[in-house]
Amino acid sequence: MSAIIQGTGAATALTTLNSKKLVARSRTSLPGVDAGRRKRCIVAAGSDASKSFGSSSLLTLRHSHKLFANAVATKADTSATTTGHELLLFEALQEGLEEEMDRDPHVCVMGEDVGHYGGSYKVTKGLADKFGDLRVLDTPICENAFTGMGIGAAMTGLRPVIEGMNMGFLLLAFNQISNNCGMLHYTSGGQFTIPVVIRGPGGVGRQLGAEHSQRLESYFQSIPGIQMVACSTPYNAKGLMKAAIRSENPVILFEHVLLYNLKEKIPDEEYICNLEEAEMVRPGEHITILTYSRMRYHVMQAAKTLVNKGYDPEVIDIRSLKPFDLYTIGNSVKKTHRVLIVEECMRTGGIGASLTAAINENFHDYLDAPVMCLSSQDVPTPYAGTLEEWTVVQPAQIVTAVEQLCQ
Amino acid sequence: MALSRLSSRSTTLLHPLATTSLLRRRHISTDTTPLTVETSLPFTSHLISPPSRSVSTSSQELLSFFHDMALMRRMEIAADSLYKAKLIRGFCHLYDGQEAVAIGMEAAITKKDAIITSYRDHCTFLGRGGGLYEAFSELMGRKTGCSNGKGGSMHFYKKDASFYGGHGIVGAQAPLGCGLAFAQKYLKDEAVTFTLYGDGAANQGQLFEALNIAALWDLPAVLVCENNHYGMGTAEWRSAKSPAYFKRGDYVPGLKVDGMDALAVKQACKFAKEHALKNGPIILEMDTYRYHGHSMSDPGSTYRTRDEISGVRQVRDPIDRVRKLIISHDIATEKELKDMEKEVRKEVDEAVAQAKESPIPEPSELFTNIYVKGFGSESFGADRKELRATLP
Repeated sequence: MSAIIQGTGAATALTTLNSKKLVARSRTSLPGVDAGRRKRCIVAAGSDASKSFGSSSLLTLRHSHKLFANAVATKADTSATTTGHELLLFEALQEGLEEEMDRDPHVCVMGEDVGHYGGSYKVTKGLADKFGDLRVLDTPICENAFTGMGIGAAMTGLRPVIEGMNMGFLLLAFNQISNNCGMLHYTSGGQFTIPVVIRGPGGVGRQLGAEHSQRLESYFQSIPGIQMVACSTPYNAKGLMKAAIRSENPVILFEHVLLYNLKEKIPDEEYICNLEEAEMVRPGEHITILTYSRMRYHVMQAAKTLVNKGYDPEVIDIRSLKPFDLYTIGNSVKKTHRVLIVEECMRTGGIGASLTAAINENFHDYLDAPVMCLSSQDVPTPYAGTLEEWTVVQPAQIVTAVEQLCQ
Repeated sequence: MALSRLSSRSTTLLHPLATTSLLRRRHISTDTTPLTVETSLPFTSHLISPPSRSVSTSSQELLSFFHDMALMRRMEIAADSLYKAKLIRGFCHLYDGQEAVAIGMEAAITKKDAIITSYRDHCTFLGRGGGLYEAFSELMGRKTGCSNGKGGSMHFYKKDASFYGGHGIVGAQAPLGCGLAFAQKYLKDEAVTFTLYGDGAANQGQLFEALNIAALWDLPAVLVCENNHYGMGTAEWRSAKSPAYFKRGDYVPGLKVDGMDALAVKQACKFAKEHALKNGPIILEMDTYRYHGHSMSDPGSTYRTRDEISGVRQVRDPIDRVRKLIISHDIATEKELKDMEKEVRKEVDEAVAQAKESPIPEPSELFTNIYVKGFGSESFGADRKELRATLP
């Protein structure tokens, strides 16, 4: 379950111990998790399993000086890495944002409750005190207008970070995002660049109701001219935030409501993640599982079960939802010949649908089985807890799908 | 009798039938002594005391008004015939009749002040310093157009003159305009943004959102409602409960201006700029009229009578008004003005001919400028060689 570090800074690789810690902490901080899950996740570690299958794992190369022995979570002070600091995902986002605002005075934040309140998910906490009201702007509740305002400001050279309190609210600003944000660089013949970052939490939370559990990646994916990325760990959250701010293109950064309290140790030195690159979470041999955002954790949970059953899944967090990193994905498909896509957005017209089409078009000859895609049901997310669980893909379903594909 | 040409800046020779006094004859191009003219109508205001009706101008300015408005009028008429000849396709929204708004505004502001408008943008582009050749090329979809042929009639932009377009969706430019004003305040530019919209867009929610934001943060935004009394095919009284658009800002002061009088527009814009720099947003309602329909696909006569159109043309036409001013102040004779119009016509015809010859964009242009630095449709496929991209 260790993430491979990509970026400009020194590669301080995560240890398996850290990943176990990550798993343990994340379980405790996610509300409403049943005890059964907690037991399962402490037992096995991904890299141990990969070692036992003898795969040529990049992990073993990089982690050669790390401890692999125990399957039991150990304490923090026995960790091999001494550099780096531990923080939660929302703090990582804040750190990235703050560093960019320090670096470039053109970067500003605008959104509802981002200033004095500190952000509804605390991503902008303390920034208004440090940078002032003009740079961390509390807007009234008018998504269309403040998104348009951010885009207009970007046309003159500012670099606004526009926060939607919940991604679903940005549907009100769809016209601005599609027509002005995505298209102005093209229709002006290259005269204007729109270096905005539009970010916010989305995804299915804990019984938030239908309108507050929307996944907009499927609606935005056809807009030409924008880039979309989804973060899933504190490491890539900070890296992608910084990359998105520095990019000259409009970038939509999808965060997930349930992932804000993930804890991880990230490097002290400055680093940026590549916006168009996918992340190899767990190399493997038998099947490629493509996923992003919260489903990464469901997949990793299923991976433990799969490993126990004797499968060796390769898990890739695609991170870049538009454009797809077909290079990494392609290499993986050429190796394993089987693909399973696990996503949280709806089946119809979702990211998985586009990805399936792209893989079929480009790598058809390398596939031994049809591409399978597990997505959320095409229903408005119900309030009742059990129903909500059934809307989203669960680890058991992933295990079944892999078994089916690998027959 | 020599003809005077504005472009060559030569002195004029006497017309044999002119008045005897040599002193009263003027040099068309160089006379900048101030002249005071009264606007045709007083300003009506909301929550603010209106500016005075006496506008200070000069012969040079009046002649430049005449020349530029004639150029704009001629350009729009040329665009009309090009559209009918199927060289311009899609939607073509013409500004003739409303030239005074663009001209008067330019006279009051600098190139540092930003202008953003909707799709009726050809003349605003010209006013900001855009060229006829670029305009016609863009309309005909050629590579030499101001947006490389990829924008079209509704997407004219000129970044170096702070002209931000050119937007197809009604009202979407209002939040963008507030963003421009926000950036000006952020960067301490001491400039204002003129956000133009029509009476049709005045009923958009995003306009009120933008107004609230601008007033809340004292942004240097001037919102200009070009009220030509018809929102596409629907008359103003049928779509707005309160057609007093300058009052609709409620807590934001407003001014109603005769939009067919270039000097009144100039006075109002100067006043608005001073106000916006100090006190925040202000609304200007320009009472104007368009002779063409909403666009070239609209004959413009199904929802209004031809008598109305010709009536406005006879009584309120902006070019005629300036012409009368020039003649009554003895700045030029009728014949000289007619010659100037002929010149303008020739200039426009030449630009059209040149634009007709210009090349269409290359097929590879389809994929340029989608993303900055080439990320996008072309740079990935299955065998992308470049694994990483370096960010700035």
